[in-house]
Amino acid sequence: MDDFAAARSQMAISLGFHIIYSCIGMVMPLFMAVSHYKWIKTGDIVYKNITQAWSKGVAIFFATGAVSGTILSFELGLLWPKFMEHAGPIFGMPFSLEGVAFFIEAIALGFFLYGWGRFGNGFHWFTGLLVGISGIASGILVVSANSWMNNPAGFDYIIGQYLNVDPIKAMFNGSWFSEALHMMLAAFSATGFAVAGVHALMIARKKNVVFHTKAFKIAIVFGAIAAILQPFSGDIAAKNVYKTQPAKLGAMEAYFHTQAYAPLVFGGISDTAAKTVKYGIEIPGLLSFLVHDNFGEPVNALDKIPVKNQPPVGVTNFAFDLMIFIGSAMMLLGLLYFLALWKKRSWLDKRWFLNLFILAIPSGFIAVEAGWTVTEVGRQPWIIYGIMRTSEAVTPMPGIRYTFYLFTAVYLSLSLAVIFLLSRQIKMVPELYDTKH
Amino acid sequence: MLYVVITFLFLAILLYFLLGGADFGAGIIELFTSEGNKSGTRKIMYQAIGPIWEANHMWLIIAIVIMFVGFPVIYSDMCTYLHIPMLVMLLGIMARGTAFAFRSYDAIKGERTQNFYNHIFVYSSFITPLFLGIIAGSAISRQIDVHAVRFSSAYVFSWLNYFSVAVGLFTVALSGYLAAVYLVGEAENQNDAKRFIRKARQMNVIAVVFGGLVFITAGMENIPLPYWIFGNPVSLSAVIAASISLVIQWMLISKGKKKIIRLSAGFQVTMVLLAVGYMHYPNFVMIKGGENLSLLTLHATSKTIHDLGVALLVGSLFILPSLWYLYYSFQKKADDAKH
Repeated sequence: MDDFAAARSQMAISLGFHIIYSCIGMVMPLFMAVSHYKWIKTGDIVYKNITQAWSKGVAIFFATGAVSGTILSFELGLLWPKFMEHAGPIFGMPFSLEGVAFFIEAIALGFFLYGWGRFGNGFHWFTGLLVGISGIASGILVVSANSWMNNPAGFDYIIGQYLNVDPIKAMFNGSWFSEALHMMLAAFSATGFAVAGVHALMIARKKNVVFHTKAFKIAIVFGAIAAILQPFSGDIAAKNVYKTQPAKLGAMEAYFHTQAYAPLVFGGISDTAAKTVKYGIEIPGLLSFLVHDNFGEPVNALDKIPVKNQPPVGVTNFAFDLMIFIGSAMMLLGLLYFLALWKKRSWLDKRWFLNLFILAIPSGFIAVEAGWTVTEVGRQPWIIYGIMRTSEAVTPMPGIRYTFYLFTAVYLSLSLAVIFLLSRQIKMVPELYDTKH
Repeated sequence: MLYVVITFLFLAILLYFLLGGADFGAGIIELFTSEGNKSGTRKIMYQAIGPIWEANHMWLIIAIVIMFVGFPVIYSDMCTYLHIPMLVMLLGIMARGTAFAFRSYDAIKGERTQNFYNHIFVYSSFITPLFLGIIAGSAISRQIDVHAVRFSSAYVFSWLNYFSVAVGLFTVALSGYLAAVYLVGEAENQNDAKRFIRKARQMNVIAVVFGGLVFITAGMENIPLPYWIFGNPVSLSAVIAASISLVIQWMLISKGKKKIIRLSAGFQVTMVLLAVGYMHYPNFVMIKGGENLSLLTLHATSKTIHDLGVALLVGSLFILPSLWYLYYSFQKKADDAKH
């Protein structure tokens, strides 16, 4: 593995793990706040127990999310010094604000976790909510920084110089909204389904059914609503990608030849050499419709992009198809839940119904990773789209492959530790919370 | 606005040194506490730093964001030539933060698992400030060589030299000292208080010894440290002020004057940083061969600096009062619980 590939892999590993920790760390406080609110309103002790149980998960994920985020803020410079030298002053505004939001989140978390019985209910509840709100704000800001790499704005690039820098314009670049919306809905649906699925598993095992049923119901509402909304935000995002990064859209769809009535291909295996997709289901005109709201209008394909500026098609296309497939399944499952709630209440206790949600535990995060792969690999070979190549940004220090191995080992052990701790938390639910009611 | 940003940068570094340092120091104290007293120390520490440790570490994030937004060239050079110590420091931060959270949130408090977290916690609490100090020492020791061809001279000897390591050890001792002083005020009984007072005095002696070592190694590496510190009235006064507060702390620490001791220890460390930093300002990093990376020349364009300054000013309106309230309320609860 050469140093450039190692640097990219190390960044991918770091972001790939951080994205999971931070999604859960920013969304779960809101579940917690809902259940906390229900306890304060109804006085039902089960809701207090759920709040406390979730707050421990939040504490674990906040700590891992915070340290992995700290590492990333350094890794940007350690691995891509030339990028940060030029990009830092331009896209740094969301990072500065994120620093503030993150700080507030840490303060609020201190109040919340150590505040049981020490503060009034209203203030205590508010600090929990604030953890969630500032977490979401951090998430939106970080994604806005990423969107700038995809759709750079707020400067003029004149003969190798970055002039007329405007950090505010850079932050509100043309892609920040579609990317942030898509990522936030993804975080809500992935976390909602994962948390609900774990509680469904416990219900299926007939353990603390009252506790887990109440917890399931809070989490799944967040997850289901987000999953149902996600395809619409996906449509907004895809239109934006076509407008700003046609090469990425071409790679996502493995769409090689510019044509009118452009088809959308579901599934299949892309063959970059032959410039075709094998075994896919092709629906003529659908891609034109998705991009232009019109079945006939031609869609520009990869053949309009010089080969040296094209992203890897195979990986991007596969990741995209995977994301679409899982996203659609989650949307259907979300609809099914509301159908059950509305018409078929008896389903809620059925084993097959619970099994669907148990199966869905990892699904959202697989989709999140796939979507992240689409946006990052699909931007290649650029680190700042159309301006700076990733290969120009990499650190001159040799031997990066060793730090890549090290980081891979560290993140894997950290994730195993998190899974271990969560399983112990879940295992201890009967001992910790049963005696209290 | 540039001066606002620079002020925030130094404020963030200072607060990280004081608060984060005290936080690392708690782990260092635990490392050097005898087996029998460890669990007592741990309990006090958990109550004392549990609610605030995450917030203490946010100052590092603020400092680093100011660096890469406001002073990208300096940040980029430091990241390139001090890659290895930064990496070690990051792994230390990661190990420490997660071990502290894990040992509190492991639902089953088994002996072996707790021991495992404790080990990671105490060793990373030692390694992280050591490497933070090494990075700080390297920034001023003129060993960063941007023209180096060999791996070792570009990426290893930039930070692996006697002076930087001595600064690292000095940082560890100061962190331990800050923590011991802080914990004296948190102790719930006379025994614990006495133990922390003893620890504070030990750390103080060690800090003075390592401080001497910093001077000796500076001599070995031809770093004009005595000139920096004694060659101008500001640094000289800062050193004198630091020495006076050291004597005051030594005398008052057993008298139970918690607030004065804490403020004076914080003041002492601030003076040490001022004494070393004053002569260098506005230079942030000093490169082999005489080139200096100055905050006043290598900053981002004025629009960026302006926006960054506004963000920091507005942000601090939210952060500082809530942070103060966090410290205040948990300090008050702890004091109430004692009486």
